[in-house]
Amino acid sequence: MVLTGAEILIKCLQEEKVEYVFGYPGGAVLFLYDELFKQEQIRHVLVRHEQAAVHAADAYSRSTEQVGVALVTSGPGATNAVTGIATAFCDSIPMVIISGQVPTGAIGQDAFQEVDTVGITRPCVKHNFLVKDVRDLASTIKKAFYLARTGRPGPVLVDIPKDVSNTKCAFEYPKTIEMRSYNPVVKGHQGQIKKALQLLLEAKRPMIYTGGGVVLGNAAEQLTKLTRMLGFPITNTLMGLGGYPASDRQYLGMPGMHGTYEANMSMQYSDVLIAIGARFDDRVIGDPSHFASEPRKIIHIDIDPSSISKRVKVDVPIVGNIADVLDEMIKLLEANPARPDPEALGVWWKQVEEWRRRDCMKYRNSDEIIKPQYVIQKLWEVTDGDAFITSDVGQHQMWAAQYYRFDKPRRWLNSGGLGTMGVGLPYAMGAQLAHPGSPVACVTGEASIQMNIQELSTCRQFRLPIKICNLNNRYLGMVRQWQEMFHGGRYSESYMDSLPDFAKLAESYGHVGLRVDKPGDVEGALREAFKRKNDLVFLDFQVDQTENVYPMVQGGKGLTEMILSAEDL
Amino acid sequence: MRHVISLLIENESGALSRVSGLFSARGYNIESLTVAPTEDASMSRMTIVTSGSDEIVEQITKQLNKLVEVVKVVDISESAHIERELLLIKVRATGKDREEMKRMSEIFRGRIIDVTDSTYVIEMTGNQQKLDSFVGAIDRALILETVRSGVTGIGRGDRILKI
Repeated sequence: MVLTGAEILIKCLQEEKVEYVFGYPGGAVLFLYDELFKQEQIRHVLVRHEQAAVHAADAYSRSTEQVGVALVTSGPGATNAVTGIATAFCDSIPMVIISGQVPTGAIGQDAFQEVDTVGITRPCVKHNFLVKDVRDLASTIKKAFYLARTGRPGPVLVDIPKDVSNTKCAFEYPKTIEMRSYNPVVKGHQGQIKKALQLLLEAKRPMIYTGGGVVLGNAAEQLTKLTRMLGFPITNTLMGLGGYPASDRQYLGMPGMHGTYEANMSMQYSDVLIAIGARFDDRVIGDPSHFASEPRKIIHIDIDPSSISKRVKVDVPIVGNIADVLDEMIKLLEANPARPDPEALGVWWKQVEEWRRRDCMKYRNSDEIIKPQYVIQKLWEVTDGDAFITSDVGQHQMWAAQYYRFDKPRRWLNSGGLGTMGVGLPYAMGAQLAHPGSPVACVTGEASIQMNIQELSTCRQFRLPIKICNLNNRYLGMVRQWQEMFHGGRYSESYMDSLPDFAKLAESYGHVGLRVDKPGDVEGALREAFKRKNDLVFLDFQVDQTENVYPMVQGGKGLTEMILSAEDL
Repeated sequence: MRHVISLLIENESGALSRVSGLFSARGYNIESLTVAPTEDASMSRMTIVTSGSDEIVEQITKQLNKLVEVVKVVDISESAHIERELLLIKVRATGKDREEMKRMSEIFRGRIIDVTDSTYVIEMTGNQQKLDSFVGAIDRALILETVRSGVTGIGRGDRILKI
């Protein structure tokens, strides 16, 4: 079969069972768009800015475990995509980004809309390719999908010059791919697994700490089973929420900078800590030397060898696919009658419960002014804790993570690593397209939402009934909080003036807009919004301007040096 | 601590910048980096001289291994190995300096490979210290130009870096 490069690309995407391509056309990708036009298997979602295309494809992946696909043109198309690519890279999201490039003969000539896309994206992709010869196109696409989804997943970019997409060659999609330079470890080392299990069985104060790797590795089921067999306390990081059901008694909430008192104390004072698909990030453990000051044994399961002993020295490293390693542990545990010492575990749980009784998530509610935490609690109630929740970045993100209790994986979509404001709405688009019948809410703030507000137009075009919960406090809330605490209350450029009337703005795009001022109206507004199954509803909650996120571990401080409430300041 | 890291990498355009980009992005030191194809033209061998604590060097090798085009990584300085570097140095060779320069070159087992009325080009191989000592031993005012290849290295005996 002799085909053009453009035809080959579309055939490859079809072979990979791609359902949606998120993108924006332009000069260098016209041949590709022409072929998209001629077929019906792949649906194209036209965004209003390339950044949103990549975010939406990223969310499609996060919420489904499929590889997300974005398509952008050369030059500004590619540079606009960079924030989206870096966001996906920092959270290890499997994606393939196709970018157009100027014709091969024009590369290096400073052509119109030419940019060194492979060079610009190199530090924020798992790998990237420039396809100079159409004969390499099919195998490159095969490699791109293979690289994106195997090992530690990540975004892979394929840059296709315009002439390549219009040159013909024989096409056959490779069935398999082999790369001598790329052989990710899958099975964990049996001896290490046994050693880890022995440590866990001997532990007096054990703690399970899991991250995004559990969600990405589809290991939530195994994690839940193992955790229940062992009876240990467990915490899920911001990226790992939903890895273990939040409503379960063994769950201690999120750890870290805005984590719970009980999770942070248990992390610090455990004698055996098992980290699963987590990376001892600075927002999770705070100052690594303070963290290391308590003697404890650490077991670390991760797919990526370079995550091991990067920030914290580990005693028992296990490199492998998390689901497989946990399966192996469960199997060994089922064959072994030994169990952790119930007496020691009882004493430990007593201590943990004492920490839990501090009730660090309490906040003073009000009849007069809407508290942002209250909105999230009501959102959780109204959706029965079963919605797909996306968030932007800032205070609202932390409140959503703290007060929406995720019982299932892949329900919580946020930019944990890069911390990209503006992801919320495009994330909701990707999640809603992937799960057409399911409730999808975007928790955002008046600053973040304006970073991709143009996507309200995409939502209209594709009739995406997203519920936007805007926690509008007229401030860059997290910046304001840090300025209040650490910069003498000098609110440098953190006040948001001249805001639009968001309800009217939503209406002008053809959506429903509701402004909510009173705490008593919060629940009713949410119920009304979710009742409208076919409408995007923009809920503009006017919330307390001065509310801060607690508990808080100040940047660079030790994990247990927590500010629990305003009274601690 | 100084380390010499050898790696095999797919001989593809951009592969070198992936390696050098990794070092700059993560703030690792590069003292020297050399690269050339091996007997298998599809693969290049790179020698990187770097320095850092054990933890940092461990991270460097892990991060290098993570690069998709890197086939194999070995820290050859962890065990018995040989290091060599090539020096080409152009010196002024007139009057009494002409004979002196020739003598110094012979002492260090260098070879004069280009001769004019007033200059020599001396070729010398050896480890870094030997070349440093030679450059230090001759009159600095006579040095017109130097170029060094950077360190390459290979393990001794049956320590073999191959796929």
